Amino acid sequence: MLDSLISHDPKVLTEKKPDEIIASGVVESLQNFLRKCIIAVLSYGPMPKHIAFIMDGNRRYAKSRSIKQGTGHSVGFAALMASLIYCYEMGVKYITVYAFSIDNFKRDPSEVKTLMELMEEKINELLENKNVINKVNCKINFWGNLDMLPEPVRLAAQKLMASTAENTGLVFSVCMPYNSTSEIANAVTELCKERRDMMQGQQASGRNGRPANGGACSDISVSDLDRHMYTAGCPDPDIVIQTSGETRLSNFLLWQTTFSHLQNPDPLWPEFSWRHLVWAILQYQRAYPYIEQNKDLAKKQL
Amino acid sequence: FHFPCAILASNAYYLIPHPEIINSVELPKFVLCLGRWMHNVLFFLLSTSRNFSLHREAFVVNETPVFMNKPPPHVFKLMSLPSMIIKLTLGLLWCIIHLAISLLSLCSHLIFNLECSLISSGLLWKYRNLQLGRLKYLAIVVDSREAKNTVKINQLLYWLKTLGVKYVCLYDIDGVLKKLFAPGMNGSRDNNPGDYLDASANIKALDCCQKQMTIECISGSDGKEGIAKAANLLCSSYLNGDSYTQENVKSEENVKSEENVENEPVFTETDMASALKSIGCAGPEPDLLLVYGPARCHLGFPTWRLRYTEIMHMGPLKSMKYGAIVKAFHNYSKKHQNYGK
Repeated sequence: MLDSLISHDPKVLTEKKPDEIIASGVVESLQNFLRKCIIAVLSYGPMPKHIAFIMDGNRRYAKSRSIKQGTGHSVGFAALMASLIYCYEMGVKYITVYAFSIDNFKRDPSEVKTLMELMEEKINELLENKNVINKVNCKINFWGNLDMLPEPVRLAAQKLMASTAENTGLVFSVCMPYNSTSEIANAVTELCKERRDMMQGQQASGRNGRPANGGACSDISVSDLDRHMYTAGCPDPDIVIQTSGETRLSNFLLWQTTFSHLQNPDPLWPEFSWRHLVWAILQYQRAYPYIEQNKDLAKKQL
Repeated sequence: FHFPCAILASNAYYLIPHPEIINSVELPKFVLCLGRWMHNVLFFLLSTSRNFSLHREAFVVNETPVFMNKPPPHVFKLMSLPSMIIKLTLGLLWCIIHLAISLLSLCSHLIFNLECSLISSGLLWKYRNLQLGRLKYLAIVVDSREAKNTVKINQLLYWLKTLGVKYVCLYDIDGVLKKLFAPGMNGSRDNNPGDYLDASANIKALDCCQKQMTIECISGSDGKEGIAKAANLLCSSYLNGDSYTQENVKSEENVKSEENVENEPVFTETDMASALKSIGCAGPEPDLLLVYGPARCHLGFPTWRLRYTEIMHMGPLKSMKYGAIVKAFHNYSKKHQNYGK
């Protein structure tokens, strides 16, 4: 489906011999059939609804293959598109990826510039190849402090968000540039503004006497903050996959991952493939009874 | 014609071999657990095929394989023969896959136990000299049901003290550990390592064998609810200042705080951090977090302290091993953090 984005050189395809194409077609359809069988078996158990990816290891991949860092990130993007399709086939409705952290701005300026250019290029490609998004009926969100992005990237991102806002299928959220703590601070700011507007509205309507402040000044609760997070409307992640064996969350979705199964497979992000995803889901299915128990206990206490 | 039959809901996760099987490493207990699990699987498959054979009646299955001591909800569907067979086959394959994974996991667990006993006896060279320089603050997340096991908690704390850890933060989501350590809390304020802990009443200094270790106990209410309280503090101080400004708009100029001059609230992470400190929910950020439970989840550990913490899963509390802790510390000392760069 997204082959146009993955292959870098379309000319290569036209130069293949006919019988090679047929053979590769047969192998491919066999692979597809096998994948569908395995997905059917997996679906017998509980399947996650929301998976979050921390895409770590692009630079290490580039270093190990002795290629440029920018190419490492491009390969990472290709792996991302592939994982998106695999997740869609498995029935995962929400996918969130950690594309860029606010801390990453501290990196080498040339690398930051390469990353921004790559993102702009890919977003514009997606804007042009609309049929790809429409096949999956994908809604794309960009979460984070978009003001920190350079102008062209920000405009492209906002345009993409607006054009896919009506879609009801897969929800693909890109966190860039994102920090969990700044998300929470932002939510508090939004909540404060909302309360201030409510209070001003109350004061305007009740000018005669001093209005009782009881209505607007009830204590802030956890659910109030939930409403103002970027992730309002999305369920909490069921699995958080962090590639290249890293064990820290690096300020990603800390508020939303209370009951998420944290996994850290060893392969680097560009090496993350279908079998790793299947293994991740199997691990999740094993941990599912315990997680559900905890969730039920927490709900009972509320 | 097709056979109406009852089929159970796909709440088949009750059939997954519970991690208990893996951790009951004593062979007879393991065999018992495995036998019980296989009996559940067979019963499940038999009952669904029995439903199929009683084709003229709607068969209500009351005795479902209850692995978790909780009956799953029932869903009754009319299914035809081929889809029934396919569903049974899929179910069987799924059970087989999970059983295979459990067996593999058991083997690796046995190997790990062997390694831990070797480490404890001091035979493995590379674990002999532990460099704990970078590990200033340690945090432990415990499952609330396992936290009631005071013997194990005390043993864990004792091991950590012998290893030379200076500061331990214990967390469980329900607050069981707080209640456990509460009686001894209020008296010992003589040890104040740092200004974080002045407002916090959760500290206890464990003084033994001339090695001092500070223990802090926090619970789920210091996590999300703590942030909500900090938000409340910031919001109310802003709003009270603002309403004061609005009331006296004709009278003298009010210069409250910087936020009100702009008339737009903007709270940064540092504002939140200082608000958390003033309500007593702040504490040092742990370098390493050990999770004791069947699954690797942080269960709501306070957000502002979890940002760059290495999280390691140690397994259930009742099968904790000294060697596992040594190995975790060793792995931590080899890690290299970029902090985003």
